[in-house]
Amino acid sequence: MMKFRSVVLLVVALAVAGCANRNAANTGAGTDFAVPPPANAAGSFDPSSPQYFSQTIGDRVLFEVDQFTLTGTARQVLDGQAQWLMTNGNYTAVIEGHADEQGTREYNLALGSRRANAVREYLVSQGVPAGRLQTVTFGKERPIAVCSDESCYRQNRRAVTVIASGALS
Amino acid sequence: MSSLSIPHRPAAAGWPQRVLQVAAALLFVLAGALAASAQGGPLRLTITDPNIEPLPFAIAPFEAETAGAEGLASEITEVIAADLTGTGVFRRIPSSAFVSTPASFAQPVSYVDWRTINAQALITGAVAVNGEQVTVKFRLYDVFSGQELGSGQQLVGTTAGWRRMAHKVADQVYSRITGEGGYFDSRVVFVAETGPKDDRRKRLAIMDYDGANVQYLTDSASIVLAPRFSPNGDRVIYTSWDTGFPRIQAIDVGTVSRQTLPVQDGEMAFSPRFSSDGRSVIYSISTGGNTDIWRTDLPTGQHIRLTSAPSIETAPSLSPDGSRMVFESDRSGNQQLYVMPVGGGEPQRISFGEGRYGSPVWSPRGDMIAFTKQHAGRFHIGVMRTDGSEERLLTASFLDESPTWSPNGRVLMFTRETQGADGAPAIFSVDVSGRNLRRVPTPGPASDPSWGPLQP
Repeated sequence: MMKFRSVVLLVVALAVAGCANRNAANTGAGTDFAVPPPANAAGSFDPSSPQYFSQTIGDRVLFEVDQFTLTGTARQVLDGQAQWLMTNGNYTAVIEGHADEQGTREYNLALGSRRANAVREYLVSQGVPAGRLQTVTFGKERPIAVCSDESCYRQNRRAVTVIASGALS
Repeated sequence: MSSLSIPHRPAAAGWPQRVLQVAAALLFVLAGALAASAQGGPLRLTITDPNIEPLPFAIAPFEAETAGAEGLASEITEVIAADLTGTGVFRRIPSSAFVSTPASFAQPVSYVDWRTINAQALITGAVAVNGEQVTVKFRLYDVFSGQELGSGQQLVGTTAGWRRMAHKVADQVYSRITGEGGYFDSRVVFVAETGPKDDRRKRLAIMDYDGANVQYLTDSASIVLAPRFSPNGDRVIYTSWDTGFPRIQAIDVGTVSRQTLPVQDGEMAFSPRFSSDGRSVIYSISTGGNTDIWRTDLPTGQHIRLTSAPSIETAPSLSPDGSRMVFESDRSGNQQLYVMPVGGGEPQRISFGEGRYGSPVWSPRGDMIAFTKQHAGRFHIGVMRTDGSEERLLTASFLDESPTWSPNGRVLMFTRETQGADGAPAIFSVDVSGRNLRRVPTPGPASDPSWGPLQP
């Protein structure tokens, strides 16, 4: 039992580190983040919080090289995102599309746009009102992993659903 | 800056012109036997010759005609020499090898002294400073023909603009010897980068073609990328995220005032370039995941859609006459280059080699298209004819991209980025034959160069 508990704490620590990292990476998006509420004693977030969305449901999906089709894993994550967005109807979201560094700069902008749009269309197909979802591409301008091999590239080929604090009134 | 011609130097007094010519011809024959690289006829360097040998030249230290002008005269001499040697097609003979140095700019040169050291071209000059005003005079000699190449010239400018005056002299020398337009008195707009790879800050900067006189046009509060000069160099158009979304902005280089091209809600706009008359902009709009190319007439604000396909169409570049456009598209399944009439018509694919092709740029001469090629994990800068024939790759590295042409269409600058967590971009230049790869000095990491026009 003690062993199990320490594993849970480690996961939470990683999740918080990942959150800080992503906030830094998103500074270009012009969106603000709500102040993270403290995790409760069980190490989980308030299910209606953006932190629950990004950490527990998962705010990102990954893509194959030069692709924008959603994998089965991606659809599962997006199903959770759609459910959360419909439950928490006062939030809007900006979907960021990103590419890895293999590719020319402007092509990667177009590719990032495709990826963001693929996520948006899927969320809309699951019932999220289109008017609450904006898309933006960053091409290869905002990598989160900096090495020059596939272990980093796969993390950078992503679409991230960023919950905006500017909730609908 | 103004310039005027100085008349050809008259033949030395008391010597019949004919005798001088005969003497020169005799000396030429002698010198020709001594120096294998000397050619008959007027001095001419064909820079497109694949077997070109750098042409040896001498530049006499420019004479200070006014007290206190010595420092500037020396700096101007060095910038002219650096411009010429930087082309890779000229080789400077060090002054330590000189047999003699002209006593003054006004005196006739002793050709034999320059033939002895195999200087095929000799540049002499003088600099005068009066307050803020600088006067630079120069003459170019075809040493083995024993005559001036073109007439002497006098340039008048300001002390602040002394480097431009040196570049103008070097442009004249380059043009007279190669028959090509010059490119030294030009500027480059680029993206200056700071910070780690996962938090890179970018801002627009402008510099002389040789990296001097860097000025920043924007701060680094938001991402900017892929700037392009207007045809006369007065404005720069680029993509900015300062609204949070990619938008096209134009900035006036002089006043730094900015304008944003309006787009519809939900649209993203990027990859802008001016038309050759500066009146319109072609660029990409991405909406609903699909990217196509549009044109906006700036005075009227009228938008025209140029491509309409479900594939990616971006990175357009207009032919110098504005009638055609080259762009990249993945309509075939991956990124390739296409040419189409701007007035409408079917795009014709022009890239057929292995790999992917992007960021095409039409040469200002109209004869070639430069591009980025990605193949087998490497990136290349290459050139091809506008019909796609005669493809040649000029560079290879982990990541080379975004070529831009010199004003005379003979040199390319591009971005080269090194790999890994500490990877950073720098600007390099290479000539169109693939020779003379050089790093352009910048204060820090730099990317996305756009080479502006030759300045008036």
